[in-house]
Amino acid sequence: MSRVALEHITKRFDDVVAVDDLTLEAHDEELLVLLGPSGCGKSTALRIIAGLEAPSEGTVRIGDRDVTDAEAKDRDVAMVFQSYALYPHMTVARNVEFPLRARRVPPAERDERVAEAARALDITELLGRKPAQLSGGQRQRVALARAIVRRPQAFLMDEPLSNLDAKLRVQTRAELVDLQRRFQATVVYVTHDQVEAMTMGHRIAILDRGVLQQVDAPQAVYERPANLFVARFIGTPPMNTIEGRLTGGADHLVFEASGVTVALPAGLASATMSASPDRVVLGVRPEDLRLDPAGSLTAKIILIESLGHERHLVVRLDDGQTVIVRQPGDQTPPRDGEAVTLSANPDSLHLFDADTEQRISS
Amino acid sequence: MTADAAILPGPVTASTEVATRRRGGPSRRVRLLGRYLLLSVLAVIVLFPIYITVVNSLLRPAQIASQPPTFFPTHPIFSTYSDAWSSGHLGHYLFNSFVVTIIIVGGQVLTSILAGYAFAFLKFPFKRALFVLFLATLMIPFEVTVVQNLTTVVSLGIYNTYAGLAAPFLAWGLGVFLLRQAFLGIPRDLDDAAALDGYGNWRFLWRVAVPLARPSIAALTVFSFLTAWNQYLWPLLVTKDEHLSTVQIGLRQLRGTSLENVNITFAGVIIAVVPLVVLLVVFQKQLIRGLTAGAVKG
Ligand SMILES: Nc1ncnc2c1ncn2[C@@H]1O[C@H](COP(=O)(O)OP(=O)(O)OP(=O)(O)O)[C@@H](O)[C@H]1O
Ligand SMILES: [Mg+2]
Repeated sequence: MSRVALEHITKRFDDVVAVDDLTLEAHDEELLVLLGPSGCGKSTALRIIAGLEAPSEGTVRIGDRDVTDAEAKDRDVAMVFQSYALYPHMTVARNVEFPLRARRVPPAERDERVAEAARALDITELLGRKPAQLSGGQRQRVALARAIVRRPQAFLMDEPLSNLDAKLRVQTRAELVDLQRRFQATVVYVTHDQVEAMTMGHRIAILDRGVLQQVDAPQAVYERPANLFVARFIGTPPMNTIEGRLTGGADHLVFEASGVTVALPAGLASATMSASPDRVVLGVRPEDLRLDPAGSLTAKIILIESLGHERHLVVRLDDGQTVIVRQPGDQTPPRDGEAVTLSANPDSLHLFDADTEQRISS
Repeated sequence: MTADAAILPGPVTASTEVATRRRGGPSRRVRLLGRYLLLSVLAVIVLFPIYITVVNSLLRPAQIASQPPTFFPTHPIFSTYSDAWSSGHLGHYLFNSFVVTIIIVGGQVLTSILAGYAFAFLKFPFKRALFVLFLATLMIPFEVTVVQNLTTVVSLGIYNTYAGLAAPFLAWGLGVFLLRQAFLGIPRDLDDAAALDGYGNWRFLWRVAVPLARPSIAALTVFSFLTAWNQYLWPLLVTKDEHLSTVQIGLRQLRGTSLENVNITFAGVIIAVVPLVVLLVVFQKQLIRGLTAGAVKG
């Protein structure tokens, strides 16, 4: 397997900039996830790696080779499509061996490799069937087998799980991770599902409107989102954000919004002093807020969503903003409409510059 | 024409039938009865001329002209068929028709596949305009271009040859349209997958696109065969030797000999139609699928 690198890739469709100066590398044997909302340019970036789309600017490298001008078939990457893209008129066996036929692999070796791929994906009994006679999950495995059989430099996957039902998706997710490990594959994996990204990715690259927002390990992205977009995009329910200003001195910095005052911990305060923004956005994840009789924030419960193991409390602050509090299922639930006080874990506050939307922190 | 009348009501009845079945009740039977009645009338309208032709081919010439007309031959004469075959040289004419028709069908299917693929999958300048131009040719009756075609064929030196008989029909706008539509129905992901699997346009066309467009190709084959087989004006103009005449020209010569043999002409007509009937029966299933391919998904 090989690394896959995009260097200053820009792709324009007429007046739409689908990918904007993207520099990104999937290391050898890494599962890199491209994550972002619909239309952010994930698929376009993947298709540029595959050679199905030519970049307007920039360089694509696979291994040590500059493949920017190479044709798709010469790039030695395999792709798994959301639609699976199986050839409906061919049996599963023919589908899987189709790429080998194109490369004139001798029949004996072909059969051997098809059998091997079929075993790896547990589709040996399906080899004689046509795609129409398969379930969604089985089709998905065939598509994976067709990718694996080629032994490519890298795998590209565009939302391969999105056509599966929720249960099968969770199961297949684990199988994909296992497969990636067994084949020590370099995988670029596109999804708009942050749970998939968090659970599967070695690193996550978050895109918004064609621009790379942050690349890091899932936990790092979650704990230290680089900007407001990432902060709000990663995590369910999403991070609460409150816009306000900073008052007080270096030793006692306070975040103030209408009806809300939060004292900032020393570490955050010193970082803030050097940046000294006018307006800031305070971010706090729902699990970092808790009902606390001694808390400084007064609020009113307006909705309780129970998921069994936890509850999402939608509360309204005095100034009318709503925030979400995550409460473990074993704590006593508040009543609807009840007035409560909240406190936030001071070590897990996130502060962003309201103008640049960038993270402010040490 | 017979094909249209017989086939087109197919999908319509199928869908309405489902609807009525769901509604149920006695009105359903009335509706069904009405529908079959209508279809039967249409069938009679279509079949009657063919029936009369068969009857007339079995009568003596005097009976054919008599009033009231005979609708059922009490003493059928079957020798008209062997007479038509031998005295009309129908065997030879049928052979000519086969050769010319096969060249035309082969040419049309091939050019339609290639052009249809280009319009569906390739990017090139003036694609839209060219496609509209292709469609526009469908609005020009053949008679308008016949003189120009004739001079072209003469100047190419293929007047009075099989090539001359076939040349103007080797490409057909409707065929290109039909296959473009069929190719557009193929998911683009398949194209992309094939590109990554190592297949260029040419191999993708023959290994994936053509097999998937088979119903439409079958439909085109049949339509193309029908029109080529039934040609009259062009073969008349472009041949001067009788040994190149197609069966439709041969039939005219059969009639030309004398009016007393009109029953033999009718027999000849029936013989000339047999290949078409065989073709329709063989391709029936594919043809219906091809006609409904765009309308019904799956
Ligand atoms: N062939 C094209 N022609 C014109 N615009 C395109 C083309 N392909 C993509 N775009 C535009 O580029 C942008 C990015 O599209 P892309 O398909 O990469 O998004 P995506 O992140 O994969 O979204 P999704 O999650 O919905 O699949 C969109 O605004 C889209 O409209
Ligand atoms: Mg996409």
